[in-house]
Amino acid sequence: MSIHPLPEAPPRLADLPEHSAQSPLSIHDMTVAYRHKPVLWDVDYDAPPQSLIAVVGPNGAGKSTLIKACLGLIPLASGRVEIFGQLPRRVRRDVGYVPQRESVDWDFPISALEVVAMGRYGMIGWGRRVSRAHKDAALQCLDRVGMADYAKRQISQLSGGQQQRVFLARALAQEARLYFMDEPFAGVDAATERAIVDVLRTLRDEGKTVICVHHDLQTVQEYFDHVLLLNMRVVAAGSIDTAFTHDNLQKTYGGRLTLLDQAAQALAQAGARP
Amino acid sequence: MNITLDLFLQVDLPALLAATLAAATCALLGNFLVLRRLSLMGDAIAHAVLPGIVVVFLIASTRSTLPVILGAAAAGLLTTILTELVRKIGRVESSASMGVVFSILFALGVVLLEQAAADHVDLDADCVLYGQLEDVSWFAPVAWTSFLELETWRDIPREVATLAIVFFVSAFLVTLFFKELTIAAFDSALATTLGFRASLLHYGLMALVALAAVASFEAVGSILVIAMIICPPATARMLTDRITMQVWLSLLFAVISAVLGYGLAAFGPGFFGGEHALSAAGMMTVVAGALMTLAIVASPSHGVIARRVHQSRLAASVVHEDLLALLYRFEETQQANPTVDLVHSHIRRGAPGISERALRAGFRSALKAGEITKNNNRLELSSAGRARAMEIVRTHRLWERFLVDEMGSRPDHVHRTATTLEHLTTQPMERELEMQAGAASRDPHDRPIPPKPAPNEPTPDKPTL
Repeated sequence: MSIHPLPEAPPRLADLPEHSAQSPLSIHDMTVAYRHKPVLWDVDYDAPPQSLIAVVGPNGAGKSTLIKACLGLIPLASGRVEIFGQLPRRVRRDVGYVPQRESVDWDFPISALEVVAMGRYGMIGWGRRVSRAHKDAALQCLDRVGMADYAKRQISQLSGGQQQRVFLARALAQEARLYFMDEPFAGVDAATERAIVDVLRTLRDEGKTVICVHHDLQTVQEYFDHVLLLNMRVVAAGSIDTAFTHDNLQKTYGGRLTLLDQAAQALAQAGARP
Repeated sequence: MNITLDLFLQVDLPALLAATLAAATCALLGNFLVLRRLSLMGDAIAHAVLPGIVVVFLIASTRSTLPVILGAAAAGLLTTILTELVRKIGRVESSASMGVVFSILFALGVVLLEQAAADHVDLDADCVLYGQLEDVSWFAPVAWTSFLELETWRDIPREVATLAIVFFVSAFLVTLFFKELTIAAFDSALATTLGFRASLLHYGLMALVALAAVASFEAVGSILVIAMIICPPATARMLTDRITMQVWLSLLFAVISAVLGYGLAAFGPGFFGGEHALSAAGMMTVVAGALMTLAIVASPSHGVIARRVHQSRLAASVVHEDLLALLYRFEETQQANPTVDLVHSHIRRGAPGISERALRAGFRSALKAGEITKNNNRLELSSAGRARAMEIVRTHRLWERFLVDEMGSRPDHVHRTATTLEHLTTQPMERELEMQAGAASRDPHDRPIPPKPAPNEPTPDKPTL
């Protein structure tokens, strides 16, 4: 018999007044640190449903970190993330991911189609083969990004833009409802850029939400509906009209908050020498 | 040297079986280490299982299979975990941390081994490096028909039985989880988000490598283990761009290394008049290395020879095209047909460092294609050659326009760049260039851009400025 009452399970974020029940992604008071050094502080965010969201900020602002923390690839120092009102690991099938292109070894001995088929592995499950149907689905995804002719090519024989399209096709193959993409437009040719934009719009029209780390401020307004301005903390978030303002951009890019930097450094040193 | 059937069945066959199974297991698992660029991890684990074995021996005074395997597997996992820790806490690159961890563990093993040897124990360091293949013997078989009897199988050497089990377990697990191992090796972040925890797969693979290392240890030694983890997969990678094919080829090379190496070690010296058989494990490693060297040199896709041939063909075709373009420019400026020597000197000046062989090959191929003719040591374009020369010069001048108009280069800087690019321009690039150039009809040096050849156009006349 326990004397103390069991602590109640914390309420779902969606039920908290400051969060929205419709949001595909809710982040509550999230802090993420590398080696005790915080790189993101106290992030609160609700992604609007059915929208294309640009995550914008200078180098080292924590954009990739935000994505990786939401995906459960790096642990949270504190705070919570819910995706469709659930813990991220419960809704893996609903979440698609496009990592940075440089994060993998493009000399790997597999074909474009095999890479795209990896997007289906989640639904195939442990220890099962990739069936004909899954291969066909992968081929259709390659076709959607205009790469069907390159299905059998080994991936090192593709140009940078083509490799990025293969990654996008792989995300499509995941058939997720929420997508995280880490700089899908980085270093791609004009044709690929158009292909990616088309795919993003189709996804939104299908009712999906895409959260993209984006570095080209010129195209934010044209490609995205919403923006999340980040520099170690959320500077501003909202629709392009309200949040993507000159003032907010100045706050985002006008240098770090020196005090935050100093505090992070102090925490890192305290962690290293307890 | 005479070899009788019963001697072969009792001595050579079990040794061959042990070596082949060990080589195949290591190569199979090695594929994933090589693909993850973690080849050194195989080295590390092969060394680090030694203290595991010795500790088990010191505690339990046994060399029986199961406890030794458990000890070695624990040592293997310890290596993997320590390597991660040293890398993270010590903030060094992973190869440095592997090097630190395995050399210390191996040294620890050697010290423990000497301690054990002082207690008159049957374990020694030589055996660790080279194995004791000659000790693997099978007394039961006396003829091929012996294998039909149950008694023969009951007497199967312990090393062979262990290796067979480890091979089939590895083969089963790799087949079952091939897709998971592949995605974890290619994109560990995606694997994790899909629910295939990359770290779990990594530790699983390392445990299997440790198992393979310890099972192979007694029979073939650690040198062969390391060689077989790296050489056959790396050799296979030179020959194919498909992962499944790489795995199959690596198994084939492992078997070839084992069988050929054993044959050379056992019978080679006798053949050359020597008396002593060589170290079988050593010879197998040499064969594996030789196969890899052969693949590096002669692979049709990635080999040194193939690359050389490709390069010299490219060099010759560059000379060929330069030659046509040069003759066209002579015609443009209404100069007499140039002499061979003059053309040679022009091409050499345009492409410094070009080899005589490439120069001659380029001339030959232009003559053979009927695109130039030689009369009294003077060169002239044929009509087919002129048509092709126009295309080359057109591409060149379109590039010059692009470089000046779009990239803002100075007109006197663009000739050399355009000369390089004109040989590498694909059809889509050419179309893009045409689009960019728009209606421009002259290059930045005010020379005419030759018109686009229409299909089946009659032979172009000599150009005029």
